Amino acid sequence: MAHRLDTGGRLIDRAAPMDFSFNGKGFRGFAGDTLASALLASDQMLMGRSFKYHRPRGVVARGHEEPNALMNIGAGPFFEPNQRATVTPLTEGLEAESQNHWPSLETDAGAVNGLLSRFLPAGFYYKTFIHPRPAWKHLFEPFIRQSAGLGRAPKEPDGDRYEHFYRFCDVLIAGGGIAGLQAALKAGESGARVLLLEQAPVWGGRAAIDGDDVDGQPAADWIAGAVARLEAMPNVALHTGVMVSGVYDHGYVLAAQPVPGHRPGSSTSRERLWRIRTDWVEVAAGAIERPLSFAGNDIPGVMLAGAVRDYLADFAVVAGARTVVVTNNDDAYRTALALHAAGQAVPAIIDARAETDSPLIAAVREAGLRIAFGTGIAQVVGGKRVTGVRLCPQSGDGTMTEEIRCDAVAMSGGWSPAVHLFSQCGGKLTWDADQAFFRPDPERAPMSVDGTPFVFAVGAANGHLESAAAQADAAGTPIPAATEALIAPVWRMPAQAPVKLREKTWLDFQNDVKVSDVQLAAREGFESVEHAKRYTTLGMATDQGKLSNVNGLAVLGDALGREIPQVGTTTFRPPYVPLNMGSIAGEARGPIFQPLRKTPMDAWHESHGAHWEPVGHWRRPYCFQRSGESMEDAVAREILSVRREVGLLDASTLGKILVKGPDAGRFLDMLYTNMMSTLAPGRCRYGLMCSENGFLMDDGVVARIDDDTWLCHTTTGGADNIHGHMEDWLQTEWWDWKVWTQNLTEQFAQIAVVGPNARTLLERLGGMDLSAEALPFMRWAEGEIAGIPARVFRISFSGELSYEIAVPAGRGLELWERLVAEGADLGVAPYGTEALHVLRAEKGFIMIGDETDGTVIPQDLGLDWAISKKKTDYLGKAAQARAHMTDPERWKLVGLETLDGTVLPDGAYAVTEGNNELGQRNMIGRVTSSYRSPTLERGIAMGLVQRGPERMGEVLDFPLIGGGVTKARIASPVFYDPEGERLHG
Amino acid sequence: MLLLTCPYCGVTAEETEFAPGGAAHLTRAGPGEGDDALEAYLFHRANPKGVHFERWRHAYGCGKWFLAARDTVTMEVFGTYPAQVSAPPPELIDTIRTKRPGWEPA
Ligand SMILES: [Zn+2]
Repeated sequence: MAHRLDTGGRLIDRAAPMDFSFNGKGFRGFAGDTLASALLASDQMLMGRSFKYHRPRGVVARGHEEPNALMNIGAGPFFEPNQRATVTPLTEGLEAESQNHWPSLETDAGAVNGLLSRFLPAGFYYKTFIHPRPAWKHLFEPFIRQSAGLGRAPKEPDGDRYEHFYRFCDVLIAGGGIAGLQAALKAGESGARVLLLEQAPVWGGRAAIDGDDVDGQPAADWIAGAVARLEAMPNVALHTGVMVSGVYDHGYVLAAQPVPGHRPGSSTSRERLWRIRTDWVEVAAGAIERPLSFAGNDIPGVMLAGAVRDYLADFAVVAGARTVVVTNNDDAYRTALALHAAGQAVPAIIDARAETDSPLIAAVREAGLRIAFGTGIAQVVGGKRVTGVRLCPQSGDGTMTEEIRCDAVAMSGGWSPAVHLFSQCGGKLTWDADQAFFRPDPERAPMSVDGTPFVFAVGAANGHLESAAAQADAAGTPIPAATEALIAPVWRMPAQAPVKLREKTWLDFQNDVKVSDVQLAAREGFESVEHAKRYTTLGMATDQGKLSNVNGLAVLGDALGREIPQVGTTTFRPPYVPLNMGSIAGEARGPIFQPLRKTPMDAWHESHGAHWEPVGHWRRPYCFQRSGESMEDAVAREILSVRREVGLLDASTLGKILVKGPDAGRFLDMLYTNMMSTLAPGRCRYGLMCSENGFLMDDGVVARIDDDTWLCHTTTGGADNIHGHMEDWLQTEWWDWKVWTQNLTEQFAQIAVVGPNARTLLERLGGMDLSAEALPFMRWAEGEIAGIPARVFRISFSGELSYEIAVPAGRGLELWERLVAEGADLGVAPYGTEALHVLRAEKGFIMIGDETDGTVIPQDLGLDWAISKKKTDYLGKAAQARAHMTDPERWKLVGLETLDGTVLPDGAYAVTEGNNELGQRNMIGRVTSSYRSPTLERGIAMGLVQRGPERMGEVLDFPLIGGGVTKARIASPVFYDPEGERLHG
Repeated sequence: MLLLTCPYCGVTAEETEFAPGGAAHLTRAGPGEGDDALEAYLFHRANPKGVHFERWRHAYGCGKWFLAARDTVTMEVFGTYPAQVSAPPPELIDTIRTKRPGWEPA
């Protein structure tokens, strides 16, 4: 059984016991333990169930590459799924539970999947999805949804805080093993600003555990010396516990750090995301051990040989009392020696290679341990736990020669350099056939902004696995000769394993992909590695195939009769390990997710019942609710008060762009569909702006201020874009035109005073002659109102008598409050955006974003009157003349009146007889705006209908979601006051 | 994340400080220039694998539009220059020719 030895464990503090729970049961570990080591120490080998077949799974690895031991950790707002137990530090009171099991980890109903495994081959999802379709919907999908998947989504918002941290350096070194420390020394001595980051809590990587000599010293001494020297360098910063997770274009790097000392609910941030800019990246990320592919290699108790050694050295924990070592390389011999030295039984080292020799092999022989060369494991014996292994000749078909009783298996299929950070932004790899791994190709490294390479790998990440070689590589000194015997590439064990063994041989533990699945994909024609990967899901789980990629490629290559380099490798994408979404968001959540723009009258609205609506980055009152009113009631009241008395709208958010200069008129003639150069000072004109594709982009009233100055009003959401659009044309196309633009949106507060009593109210405030004679419709004037400097625009978006008054932003609230106070007996009431929308729809005025969607031209909306026939050119004119744009079959704007007076659903489609090529009913129009009109006491709608204006009076069918049809008659979109009498007051 | 240098204010900043504007050096076709010219102007883009001239705006900086020559594969930026030109500066063309033998401007 797995247990903790009485002595040893370099990371644990036996004086600091910690209690925690796993699946509700109490456990105890020590400070310095990981969740996985503490569970193993208590012989809790079973840590989860597999994704697809619900097979029992135990821990396999020591670090971030762990595929099986994924846990739900914490509770409530601090709950997080899919946490790797191997890198979760043990904390007092930690609550963990295993995933993907029902009803319990020990007894899992879903394990029946295993019996059905021949019905769940590679590509199962695709195959059942296609035929028979009903089987997917009623049989497979509910079953899969219940049984598959990892973890469960948190139900509450994340209760923790996260922060971003910005760093700049010349050289970033990812990894603080022997190579990383040496690289930092070299860079530090050159005077560069160095940042050295190590994911683990301690320095030195594997060398510290393996006890090799480095540069003539014991590894532990060399490491301590190197760290001391680095700490003394003022230009070097070094941190443990920070994981470099992504390398991006031009030296942008992300690293993640669990904030030390943080506990759920404490006021500190939980995680810190380092956002680093560096000229140079050295990847010293080491190497990752590969499993071997033999039947039963996923039975709990089968672990990576390096991990077995790590648990012993770091935590004094062994996975079993009798451990069989199985390998194709020398490194696993270190595990045999370490276990033996700790007094643990190692019945045999099963070595797939032909007999060979090296100092490590000699040491094992000297220790008196049995070595079986040329031998493989035919099959692991056991269910929820290893009970033995059956041996066979590696070259054969798995015919058993012997069975050895054991309770753990330490396997090593060789090591792969951790090339992820080198590859993430374009670095290419080469296949090293001798050492059987992909290594970075320095000739094809990622390029910096100036076209020079900026990512380099050193040490084991560069293919120098032995400590002395890793140190020499990072130091730039000659690489010493290898001391270990060469690896033998073993991609299947035994070589001629029959199908019944291959079906029990796992490649990707997390996604439950077997050797037989990859072979099936190859047979079915998925020859590209990228296709085979997606078809089988190999390497697509949260561990991104850290253990499985190379083995999977080898099996695919073998099935296709190709060498590994011809099969290629898949793309490595950041992050190296999953990042918490909270980390990515940092502090940008809730009210500070993005800046909120408020008008000068915002506080007044807030204290007068405003319901807010986001418009662009602004918030605008949707309506002002009074006590006892529903929102619908409030909107109706606001509309009627505008129609009968007087309403106030905060229009400050409307874009106000000043366009000035000798060529301003010529410029605006190009920007707008109608003529702006001929507009006389003191007058206003409604204008349309189109993209070069002809589509309507924005609309608004343009006022001519003086001879060379125009003020262009835009929609609320469009102001910044339209200003950018103007600058685009001025800077990149007509750069010799003398025009200046300025976005003055926030400089002015603007209040629309609207309704039959509007003039009376404004006259009470005094200062300007606003009579019909002095200020006719579509004119503007400058003066003072209530002692405040003002521009008054006589324009209307409601059909009522209306004045829009612009005053300096700082005086907007003052004017607003005066209007409210002076208008009490005139029935003055503020109104919001919903009333604004209904008022304009009653008059058939279009709204950008409702009647337009980026495919609508002004001619579709009956706005031909606002398109100049005289101008030879304006933006979009040429495109509007193209055949499709002038097609008489285009959908055009009409009003729609339901026969029963109800409100049409917004976005509903009008249908006609027959079906299109997709089998859907033919559609001839859609609703673009639809409201209940309190003025007319019925539903009104606008819509785009094929040949609409030619079909006045026709009745169309609008099918409803959920059944039924609403009938509506095509009418004029001007539902209210079609003669336009009311705007004169 | 790309680094770009604004040729107006001289600031070198991250991609997020800029707004991309698509291919550079398009020739505008207006009314009367024929449907083929209009189609080419509106829709036809070379989208090369390699050297590419593109428009950027220093949107969260000085607000100016400028042009950049960039390799779409390696991400190398050969240079940036003001937008008030109808062709890339000859020195930049020479730089790219040196770095990418065989490349010729379209
Ligand atoms: Zn700039």
